[in-house]
Amino acid sequence: MKRLFAAGLAAAATVFGATTWAQAADQEVNLYSYRQPFLIKPLLDAFTKETGIKVNVVFAKKGMLEKIKAAGDNSPADAVLTVDIGRLYALKEGGVLQAVKSDTLEKNIPAHFRDPEGMWFGLTSRARVALVSKERVKPGELTSYEDLADPKFKGRICVRSGKNAYNVALIASMIAHHGEEGAEKWLQGVKANLARKPQGNDRAQAKAVFEGVCDIAISNNYYMGKMMTNDEKPEQKKWAAAVRLTYLNQGDRGNHMNVSGAAVTKSAKHKDAAVKLIEFLSDDAAQKIYAEDNQEYPVKPGVPYSKLVQSWGEFKGDTLSLEKIAKLRPAASRLVDKVGFDDGPGS
Amino acid sequence: MPHPAVADRPTARYLPARLIPDRWGVLTLSVALFVATPLIAVATIALTPAPEIWRHLYNTVLFGYVERTVMLIGGIGLGTFVIGTGTAWLVTMCRFPGRGLFNWALVLPLAVPTYILAFVFTDQLEYAGAVQGTLREVFGWRDRQDYWFPEIRSMGGAVTVMTLVLYPYVYLLARAAFLEQSVCVLEVSRTLGKTAWQSFWNVALPLARPAIVVGMTLAMMEALNDFGTVDFFGVKTFTAGIYDVWLNMDNISGAAQLASVLMIFVVVLVVMERMARRGQRYHHTSSKIQALPSYRLSGIKAALAAVFCAFPILLGFVLPASVLLSYAVVFFDVTLKANYLTITLNSISLSLGAAVIAVAIGLVLAYGLRMGSGPLPRAAVRFASIGYAVPGAVLAIGVIVPMAGLDNAIDAFSERTFGVSTGLLFSGTVIAILYGYLARFLALSFGTVEAGLGKVSRNMDGAARTLGASPFQTMSRVHFPLLRTSLLTAGLLVFVDCMKELPITIILRPFGYDTLATFVFQYASDELFEESALGALTIVAAGLIPVVILALTTLRSRPGHAGGGHP
Repeated sequence: MKRLFAAGLAAAATVFGATTWAQAADQEVNLYSYRQPFLIKPLLDAFTKETGIKVNVVFAKKGMLEKIKAAGDNSPADAVLTVDIGRLYALKEGGVLQAVKSDTLEKNIPAHFRDPEGMWFGLTSRARVALVSKERVKPGELTSYEDLADPKFKGRICVRSGKNAYNVALIASMIAHHGEEGAEKWLQGVKANLARKPQGNDRAQAKAVFEGVCDIAISNNYYMGKMMTNDEKPEQKKWAAAVRLTYLNQGDRGNHMNVSGAAVTKSAKHKDAAVKLIEFLSDDAAQKIYAEDNQEYPVKPGVPYSKLVQSWGEFKGDTLSLEKIAKLRPAASRLVDKVGFDDGPGS
Repeated sequence: MPHPAVADRPTARYLPARLIPDRWGVLTLSVALFVATPLIAVATIALTPAPEIWRHLYNTVLFGYVERTVMLIGGIGLGTFVIGTGTAWLVTMCRFPGRGLFNWALVLPLAVPTYILAFVFTDQLEYAGAVQGTLREVFGWRDRQDYWFPEIRSMGGAVTVMTLVLYPYVYLLARAAFLEQSVCVLEVSRTLGKTAWQSFWNVALPLARPAIVVGMTLAMMEALNDFGTVDFFGVKTFTAGIYDVWLNMDNISGAAQLASVLMIFVVVLVVMERMARRGQRYHHTSSKIQALPSYRLSGIKAALAAVFCAFPILLGFVLPASVLLSYAVVFFDVTLKANYLTITLNSISLSLGAAVIAVAIGLVLAYGLRMGSGPLPRAAVRFASIGYAVPGAVLAIGVIVPMAGLDNAIDAFSERTFGVSTGLLFSGTVIAILYGYLARFLALSFGTVEAGLGKVSRNMDGAARTLGASPFQTMSRVHFPLLRTSLLTAGLLVFVDCMKELPITIILRPFGYDTLATFVFQYASDELFEESALGALTIVAAGLIPVVILALTTLRSRPGHAGGGHP
């Protein structure tokens, strides 16, 4: 009877695609990803080729924490991949991650790019930069985030929604450096300088500079690379050609940085394989693929930036703790509401 | 013989009789509660206090959210009413060039996901798009200071895009209602000296009102739950606020509270509408059916009618389909590489399954309300149908929490008793998606079936029962043939909507399981929209087939239309 019941359950589980069943072997990893599978596919393929461990990916941007939480010990997820510090921190605070102790990870990833308790690990970093019009913005005219609030840029700035995760993190870093009041005043100033209501994604801001809608776009650095090398949509090369990538605050604290990162869940059934995957992603070969394919900054010291990224010159990144930024995110989000940032200029 | 359910009920003495459901009532109540469980879960999550969120929202953005939400659904309600009812009336009652084509083609935009239309519209109408580019070239304007052009990423843009995709709900239901109306009442009206316009306004429209209202309610509820389009257009609605509180302020209970307020809002709307037509019944008073009269339009009137019908089809279907087609030709290899066949099969089988289940349950509930009433089951069914207005991602959380709880309980039990772990039997499988679809789309199936059932006169039930038929016999031999069109409509509406559904599918799908919608979104969320064009086109095409069947069937269904030919 017992066996019959078990067999029935196994059959049901197979029919309905349950993945927790019958995968005794540690030869695979279930990965929840904020990153679209096609973007990380070359990396995962390389991992499978080297280790023989298969990676199953589910792409989702919302509900991941709640899903892992609700499933408890039965959660099929072994590891999580995100593109912003906010989600990593929320997962940690939600109590669904487990600490990982790995010499490889500690060696490969500098301390400010990983959680002090080993709950999450940054794998690449990205800079929130200004893409300024080559024609209409002189070199040296814009040098810091603080400048963005200067009235001389009135009607000249384009940016996506203040509620976008990358902007929320940037505003959180402004709170960390200037306090809430200072950051509010700054955000008011930036809002007053907007050329149009916040909209579109980062790439769309560069396009707007190309079209003459505005002179300054706020964007993550790698979009510049993606536009410059886009052979399938050559019009994007024109957008990129119209702008100059400008790192900010080079004279003081450095450009604001965010990370994409990974973590192992508390309920991981394939913990060893999951750790192996993260170690692989932090090591030379994968870091190089990240650098070359996605134009991001490798976190591992010594791995060269891509040629393209190098062509934008040396820069200094802000080493403000990402944990601090994550903690200030709710405050930053409230600030966006308070100043009515997304209502656009003149509201 | 006393009604058994009444006779066996000892509690009858202690509770007011009207509150005690009979057998049908108990069935209705249980089924409704089953479907409403995700909503109840959301309300439960909302019980954790989050006062600081409310103070913040109240002081900053709350009124803006509410104002924009009201504007959005108001605009969409009006827009879908005008286009849906207007075109339905024209193709049903008038003859003008192109009518045979419009008759079914007017349903086509239903197959286009809102997020896709939003993308195509911005692509064409923004500053760099084809339209403004051509204008600049033709008139020699240099930059945007030289001329004025409406901003597509705005409230107006959101209303336009959603109206174009959602008006077919009103069109389908209104047309079915017009087709089923007895011509006699219209003839009487004309005989009494009313003009065609007055007959439409004073006679046909009030008779079709329940169906039209259901259509408008569906469209407005769909708009309430939308996030993708309003986000894309930078319109901060109530739903945008829910996501913001959840994901940016990391406050799920605050988000659930907002979602609960949204539910209350919808309940109030539905109740208000019900009260407005309380006591009115809309049955056929004459069984005399004859071929529809067709007012022959000519000259300028015929041209205007054709333009009025062609416009929504061109903008809501031809434009997006051709843009998608042109992209699909260039980027088809991306989709083909991604296991195209499997994800298409997944989409179709999942949507088909959901449609069958939703119609079956919608039927049970609509019958439950007709047979055994009682305020409790009635309220439960109304509550279960508001899942349609709840933001999909929030609803998905409402599915996960109770389902994973059940799974874990079963797992623990099986582990204890048999020493076997069952894992996540429901929440880790496609059953979760089906449940999510049911919770979300019950309003479609229930609303449509109920509207259809409402047109079946109670006198028929009475006659059938007098002749000795049981309720079930009445159902299978009298109602079912009369309901066939409504059932089909309900099933196809659910099918098409499931094909397009995104947030629930994305959150609830198991590892290695993709649908066309999730595939398209993976690219579109990175604004690599062109790469996913073939996938998007397949959603539209798969939605087309049932949509055309539906359009043809409702036409044939009318008694007096021999073989579906045009009169």
